[in-house]
Amino acid sequence: MENLLEVNNLKTYFYNDGAETAAVDGVSFELKKGETLGLVGESGSGKSVTSLSILQLIQKPHGKIIDGEVIFKGKDLVKMGEKEIRRVRGNDISMIFQEPMTSLNPVFTVGNQIMEVLTQHQGLSKKEARVRAIEMLKVVGIPSAEQRVDQYPHQLSGGMRQRVMIAMALACNPDLLIADEPTTALDVTTQAQILELMNELKEKLETAILLITHDLGVVAETADKVAVMYLGRIVEYSDVETFFEEPKHPYSQGLIKSVPSIDNRVDRLNPIIGQVPHPSEVKSGCRFASRCERVQPICLQDEPNLIDLQGHKVRCWMYSDNWIEKGVETNAGEVTSSRGA
Amino acid sequence: MKKYLIKRLLQSIPILIGITIMTFAIMQLSPGNPMQTMIDPKISSEEMQRAQENLGLNDPLPVQYFTWIKEVFTGNLGYTVKTGQPVGQLILERLPATLLLTGTAFVMAFVVGIPLGVYSATNRFKAPDYVLTVLSFIGISIPSFFFGLGMIFIFALKLGWMPTSGMVTIGADLTGFAKFMDYVKHVTMPSIVLALPTIAVVMRFTRSSMLEVLNQDFIRTADSKGLSKLKVNLKHALRNALIPVITIFGLSIPFLFGGAYITEHIFNWPGMGSLGIQSIVAREYPVIMALNLFTSILVMTGNLLADVMYAWADPRIRY
Repeated sequence: MENLLEVNNLKTYFYNDGAETAAVDGVSFELKKGETLGLVGESGSGKSVTSLSILQLIQKPHGKIIDGEVIFKGKDLVKMGEKEIRRVRGNDISMIFQEPMTSLNPVFTVGNQIMEVLTQHQGLSKKEARVRAIEMLKVVGIPSAEQRVDQYPHQLSGGMRQRVMIAMALACNPDLLIADEPTTALDVTTQAQILELMNELKEKLETAILLITHDLGVVAETADKVAVMYLGRIVEYSDVETFFEEPKHPYSQGLIKSVPSIDNRVDRLNPIIGQVPHPSEVKSGCRFASRCERVQPICLQDEPNLIDLQGHKVRCWMYSDNWIEKGVETNAGEVTSSRGA
Repeated sequence: MKKYLIKRLLQSIPILIGITIMTFAIMQLSPGNPMQTMIDPKISSEEMQRAQENLGLNDPLPVQYFTWIKEVFTGNLGYTVKTGQPVGQLILERLPATLLLTGTAFVMAFVVGIPLGVYSATNRFKAPDYVLTVLSFIGISIPSFFFGLGMIFIFALKLGWMPTSGMVTIGADLTGFAKFMDYVKHVTMPSIVLALPTIAVVMRFTRSSMLEVLNQDFIRTADSKGLSKLKVNLKHALRNALIPVITIFGLSIPFLFGGAYITEHIFNWPGMGSLGIQSIVAREYPVIMALNLFTSILVMTGNLLADVMYAWADPRIRY
């Protein structure tokens, strides 16, 4: 099957006070129709910037896509003019954001905000758009949609607002939905409802989803494929089953280990030591080296390439032919999986 | 909303009473009394005492206050000391001229200030923003008497484009459109002088408010919906940015009426401002008191209007 979205070697840099920050540094992935890709990483790994780069929503002049292409349905979004990309935004590709509290405009009714995409892209009249807006509110499970459509965002709860965001995003039947941490700001029960709704709609509407999250549980529940990002680079890329059964990169292993499991009661959590360094601090070698438990001299010298192990890609020297490890007697696949945590 | 309005109107009653007391007290505290400007210097002090007694100027202050307030409520604002004209009539004669001037300045302030603020904000850190920032500081700092005289010197005396003063061309018997244009010509310079500081303030306020709004998440949402930059800026951003500007809207009404004192004086504009200055110089207490009262009511109305507009502009505010 042909790829719906193909991101090739995307590089988005930010410039502040003359300093250059490589927020996204050579990221590539692809997405097929109806597929869900989970883009995972800690804060500062560049996952949100990646999503904003796809729709060319990086704030100029501070941020700039300096290289790479984003091929959507055969066309490169990076090369598109402002007018052309606007026809894609909200119509073919739409986004939902982390903060439903602040992502809706407080001075317009939710109906007005949903209608806006419909009149903009589908050429509907106000009346038709309103009918469709109410219909969409029903689709996302908002009770008494006829009344809710005339309400303002502050009159709705966080979960309801995120549903409105989803209704707005799906109003034009997009081929791709980019969900940037859609459940992070919601409480756990609402979170589960929103995820369920997204899964349900994905099957019904055959929308591909790029799901950005730091929550591995969310990935396990919704994604078909996983890409793990660290400091602007993809460090592991595979389908979701293999990823949870056999995480290859020490960072992915660390992420999975750090999720507390309900089956094994432990006294201590297992965090990954240290913090994500600022991109400018990493001069050479593997970007994860400063926090890696299995770091070797080669890791500090050169950065590994993304190594393809039968479709399971990983950026780590351990999987290259000339890996010699001193002192540690473990093998990479030993860490037990905790799928569905 | 209706309930809130009634509540606010009721609240304004004690404030109004307070204002009348203050007005009365200030006039009592200021040196000199109307007798001293009225009397024939040859009059004996005995006769003067008698006259003061007859006029009620020797009554206890509360009695004087209630005498005054009773007359005010029946529509009698007193008579001028010198000519004996009814003050109410005098003010009503001057009111249209002042309303024309301040009204023009008011509209100008917002019609010019808001678009400039938006333009400045959307072009931040570019040349037009810097130019407008400098201009706005000049606008805020330049005193109106200086700016007004400068304008008269350049546009009226040197270039001869504009009349130097007054509201109509004296002696010209114009009708219809020509009359209207005559008004326009006369009102242009004084209203620019009067509006300038408010234009600058409105612009700066709109600019900072817009910049704040443009950083909000919902602007990113609007961008991601594929709306044009114009629609994002003018619909989504401006509508939110205007909410704090309403404060300036309310405050500018008394500011403009106050500014009219000086502007009218410079341009010899036959309004309440020049009346006020003349009255202060001539110690025309009844006129000053009436003008004070009038301005205070204006301030209250301006604030009330601003509060009502808040509720209209921001759906989160419900009274």
